Amino acid sequence: MSAARPSILDWLRGSAVYRSIVRHGAADTNRNRSLIIFENLFLHVHPVKVREKTLRFTHTYWLGGITLVSSVILIATGILLMFYYHPSVPQAYRDMKELQYVVDNGLFLRNLHRWAAHLMVFAAFLHMLRVFYHRAYRPPRQFNWVVGIVLMIVTLGLSYTGYLLPWDQLAFWGVSVGTNMAKEAPLVGEKLRFLLLGGNVVSENALLRFYVLHCVVLPVALLLFLSVHIWRVRKDGGVQGPPSDEDAPRYEEVR
Amino acid sequence: MPDEPERIPNPGPGETSRRDFLTRIGGGACAMTAAGSLVVTLDFLNPKVLFEPPTVFHAGSAMDYPEGTVRFNREQRAYVIGGGGGVFALSAVCTHLGCITRFLSDERAIACPCHGSRFDLEGNVVHGPAPRPLPWLEVQADTTGNLVVDTSILIPHGRVTRA
Repeated sequence: MSAARPSILDWLRGSAVYRSIVRHGAADTNRNRSLIIFENLFLHVHPVKVREKTLRFTHTYWLGGITLVSSVILIATGILLMFYYHPSVPQAYRDMKELQYVVDNGLFLRNLHRWAAHLMVFAAFLHMLRVFYHRAYRPPRQFNWVVGIVLMIVTLGLSYTGYLLPWDQLAFWGVSVGTNMAKEAPLVGEKLRFLLLGGNVVSENALLRFYVLHCVVLPVALLLFLSVHIWRVRKDGGVQGPPSDEDAPRYEEVR
Repeated sequence: MPDEPERIPNPGPGETSRRDFLTRIGGGACAMTAAGSLVVTLDFLNPKVLFEPPTVFHAGSAMDYPEGTVRFNREQRAYVIGGGGGVFALSAVCTHLGCITRFLSDERAIACPCHGSRFDLEGNVVHGPAPRPLPWLEVQADTTGNLVVDTSILIPHGRVTRA
């Protein structure tokens, strides 16, 4: 950056408004580059520096990142779909058809939501396998593995509750079958099914309950645990890829 | 000196200080409030009134069910069948995972569309995955022979109602 010609960006960075929001200067020193991460609520879950090799595709196969990006797509498209969808028996199916055939770009958004949902479950599952086979669940990352399991359950819950919302035959019988599986849980099964459906059969109560779970309860849970999960990756010393040869001897020393 | 605050002696061994006592009372009150809120919330989520089909329905007269008649009641999800010298009712809900079965008149069998379970007309499993036979439902006949079925009351297999 030449000192002779101060750009409009420099002027903006010097302004009182900008300085009231961001206290540090431009990312021209190591200190400021660190402060950009430290001083930002959204960035501080991420480490200031990462090793170059951890960014390589073969290190993590980017599976956690793919899961994260698909969840961002799901939240964005999901909010848009909510503008046209009424969670009521006479309207749910019609609204879904309206989105497909009448609303501009409705079909695209609905399909994007659907395919991103499939991708998220698939990528999350592969991510779990990757972490397992790379032995990345071991101390000090054992708690983050547990957080990951919670996220997996929340993800499956989101998939399952979203399944009912089109209110077609597939949704109706899918949820009838699924809640009958829940009924087989020991002791609490019957009550669990009753509370989940808000009744004894899949009805308008069930549709409303699944809608609230799908659009409020589970997304909030997902965002909470997701923040902890990503923050813990930094706290536990960054992502662990394939176990290196230096880690291996410890294994043999014990023996 | 009237303004001198009264000195509180330190608690002896085995005694509780005033601070600990108040902390416990406060903590206990918070815990009770939390537990109460949980119970009230669970109770709130439990619906009191359901707009579901009634479990009791009229199935017409016993005269309408000569041997071999099978009638399906869609709303109450039940079959009323004439057989065994009288009338009996079967639940139409598959014992596997709760789909609604269908009566196949050509094959004189009951089949589930979801996972392919098969039942005979007495509700016995012909082949799985259904783990249990279809339950028999209570059928009552009044003095004029009108039938009343209650889907909430299960009766042993083979108890046929004779009008």
